[in-house]
Amino acid sequence: MFSRALWARQIAPLRRQAIAPFASRRSVTTDAASAHAEDIPQEDDKPFTVRLSDESFETYEIDPPPYTLQTTKRELKKMYHDLVSIRRMEMAADRLYKEKKIRGFCHLSTGQEAVAVGIEHAITKDDKLITAYRCHGFALMRGGTVKAIIGELLGRREGIAYGKGGSMHMFAPNFFGGNGIVGAQVPVGAGLAFAQQYSGEQTATVALYGDGAANQGQVFEAYNMAKLWNLPIIFGCENNKYGMGTSAARASALTDYYQRGQYIPGLKINGMDVLAIKAAVQYGRDYTVSGKGPLVYEYVTYRYGGHSMSDPGTTYRSREEIQRMRSTHDAIAGLKQKLLDWEVVTDEELKAIDKDARSSVDEEVAEAEKMALPDPTSRILFEDIYVRGSEPRWMRGRSVDETFYY
Amino acid sequence: MFPSRTVVRSFPRWFSASSASSGSARLNVPIDYKTTPLLHHTPSSLATSLEFPRSASTKRLNLYQSINAALRTALSTSEKVILFGEDVAFGGVFRCSMDLQTEFGSERVFNTPLTEQGIVGFAIGAAAEGMRPVAEIQFADYVFPAFDQVVNEAAKFRYREGTTGANVGGLVVRMPCGAVGHGALYHTQSPESLFSHVPGVRVVMPRSPSQAKGLLLSAILECNDPVIFMEPKVLYRAAVEHVPIESYTIPLSKAEVIKLGKHLTVISYGQPLYLCSAAIAAAEKAMNGVEIELIDLRTIYPWDRPTILESVKKTGRAVVVHESMVNYGVGAEVAATIQAGAFLRLEAPVKRVAGWSTHTGLSYEPFILPDVTRIYDAIQQTLEY
Ligand SMILES: Cc1ncc(C[n+]2csc(CCOP(=O)(O)OP(=O)(O)O)c2C)c(N)n1
Ligand SMILES: [Mg+2]
Repeated sequence: MFSRALWARQIAPLRRQAIAPFASRRSVTTDAASAHAEDIPQEDDKPFTVRLSDESFETYEIDPPPYTLQTTKRELKKMYHDLVSIRRMEMAADRLYKEKKIRGFCHLSTGQEAVAVGIEHAITKDDKLITAYRCHGFALMRGGTVKAIIGELLGRREGIAYGKGGSMHMFAPNFFGGNGIVGAQVPVGAGLAFAQQYSGEQTATVALYGDGAANQGQVFEAYNMAKLWNLPIIFGCENNKYGMGTSAARASALTDYYQRGQYIPGLKINGMDVLAIKAAVQYGRDYTVSGKGPLVYEYVTYRYGGHSMSDPGTTYRSREEIQRMRSTHDAIAGLKQKLLDWEVVTDEELKAIDKDARSSVDEEVAEAEKMALPDPTSRILFEDIYVRGSEPRWMRGRSVDETFYY
Repeated sequence: MFPSRTVVRSFPRWFSASSASSGSARLNVPIDYKTTPLLHHTPSSLATSLEFPRSASTKRLNLYQSINAALRTALSTSEKVILFGEDVAFGGVFRCSMDLQTEFGSERVFNTPLTEQGIVGFAIGAAAEGMRPVAEIQFADYVFPAFDQVVNEAAKFRYREGTTGANVGGLVVRMPCGAVGHGALYHTQSPESLFSHVPGVRVVMPRSPSQAKGLLLSAILECNDPVIFMEPKVLYRAAVEHVPIESYTIPLSKAEVIKLGKHLTVISYGQPLYLCSAAIAAAEKAMNGVEIELIDLRTIYPWDRPTILESVKKTGRAVVVHESMVNYGVGAEVAATIQAGAFLRLEAPVKRVAGWSTHTGLSYEPFILPDVTRIYDAIQQTLEY
């Protein structure tokens, strides 16, 4: 009826892969310093043109974005400041976790900062963003403060979700989390985009997920609805090459995630170059807001650390691979080199930005650490159940004597 | 099973004893798994149960090691057994499948993409063809994309197979469940009652390494129904005991009386049994002469009604304890069954001690889950009713 030999034969490729993992084809560059610019103006706010590497994008059924990007010195400096701030904040989370001050699950985005920063610099505050659990950087970019984010990790009342959510559950205005269930945020993103379309807003939704999440059925259900109803959404796969310990090639029959929308145009983007990301998302936003329908983006990036704090991140990939990405493809180092090459800043000025970003993050982290622990009282359980003003008179507690009166 | 006896209805003796309620500081101490009577700390204590093989060779294993041992036994017993799930090839996040790919090959032990609905559907198809697939869902919190496959496909398979005799017996969906103290919203849930609403699947939750091995082997090798096998993840490392080395099975849908008693029956399953055991010890110490019976349901659905009813008819009092939320929980079903089947023998309403009906915010788990004090209070209130 069912022959084991047949099964073994069919599964043979799987066995081969188990022995010799093959590197997935990644033909866009991940060089973080591949853009060019000349004739930089003196003034901070005077626009000038940056030329992106022609290996910044790969397209699927769509023309590439312009390979030029209008920017200013002020913006470049802000981008750099943002990148450094996220990394510094993630490092603080790393330390606090190792000091056992942060409990629970904690996923850092170290290495992937350019995605959060590039997207934020391309969209408006009215656009919507939703992502998975690797969300600290996005929460910061969308307007969360370091203090509230670290406070959340520490389980403090002043945390961004009152300390009730922890690492994976951070919300901010027009930022819909922070979602723990892999893939579940993608159809939710389609719903956000539908509401934007329905209410006639000229805005878009950016819905992010990982290369592992890309295999969840509901991602494809969301694609279909978005195309069917022409929703203003940019689906975005943050391809950091691994879903926990499984490499993209071992989990995905097609690792070109930007082509997985089939009937939806797609773009593969150098996810280590914040400028390429900004150019792509700006272009995609205009495209989708103008009613042309959804897009599927793939940001080719890399996570330096383990999947979460409990994963050393070295059992399923080589130390050399990590080292190579860190030392030659780093988004922060790449932009830094450009800022100096283009003489956007002097050495001194750059050091000052670095210092400012680090010390303001450090200060806020220190403040968060000083926040009081929540009172060990069950009254906290009765909060956040009803919209203020709509509560019933009382709510039953764990026992009759614990009845809580609003 | 129990010595026949007449139920004494006279005023219980413990009423005279001073039963000052114990402050939570004294009762809510961490469970000491090295001394709890629920684990077999010596090989000889295994002999007290008829369910274990009569062999002398045992090994001290924690829960993940005993699951690993059971999987190894199953894989070597039948070629039909296959094992898959997210990151299973590398041992899984809790190491339950450590080394199994090396031993049995990647055609039998393999990683799947991140695709729960696909994993369970795929497993159902394989089982329908006679395989015995063991699918791992990384955390019980992630099983919901596969809920349709469990409810509409697996559970209804035998009902709708016509005259073909097809079934998906041998299909086991394993998942770690329950709280560890810092799992927050998506690493804490215990959705056994959701599955227990569905006829056609069996829902099993072992309390210890030796129980887990026997129950899991039953589920994989002997059971004719699909089984949801839930492993309390806090026990993976914490619970260590002697486990027989050879293969053995423990029957599904059969509860176990862990400790005999006369005056009250505590019914639970999984990790809270350790809390119950501690609360019972404290209550028996504080209240002179009280003897409390403790029963492990083991299989939550379809469950062993006769054992529970027989016990409650004897004791006249019952407390049901579980970690998952109280609303529409297992406790409701057990309590309703007791009141229907043992009404005239009841001396007090059946009490439920369970998780509160709210989500488990990171900082607030200890408020929400049942603890020794709450179980102790429930025991006291039920005895003094
Ligand atoms: C439905 C579901 N299944 C499994 C998990 C456990 N899990 C959390 S993250 C993860 C890997 C996801 O990888 P990817 O989508 O590539 O994102 P990355 O972690 O690389 O950012 C897994 C399996 C989950 N959270 N939700
Ligand atoms: Mg990934």
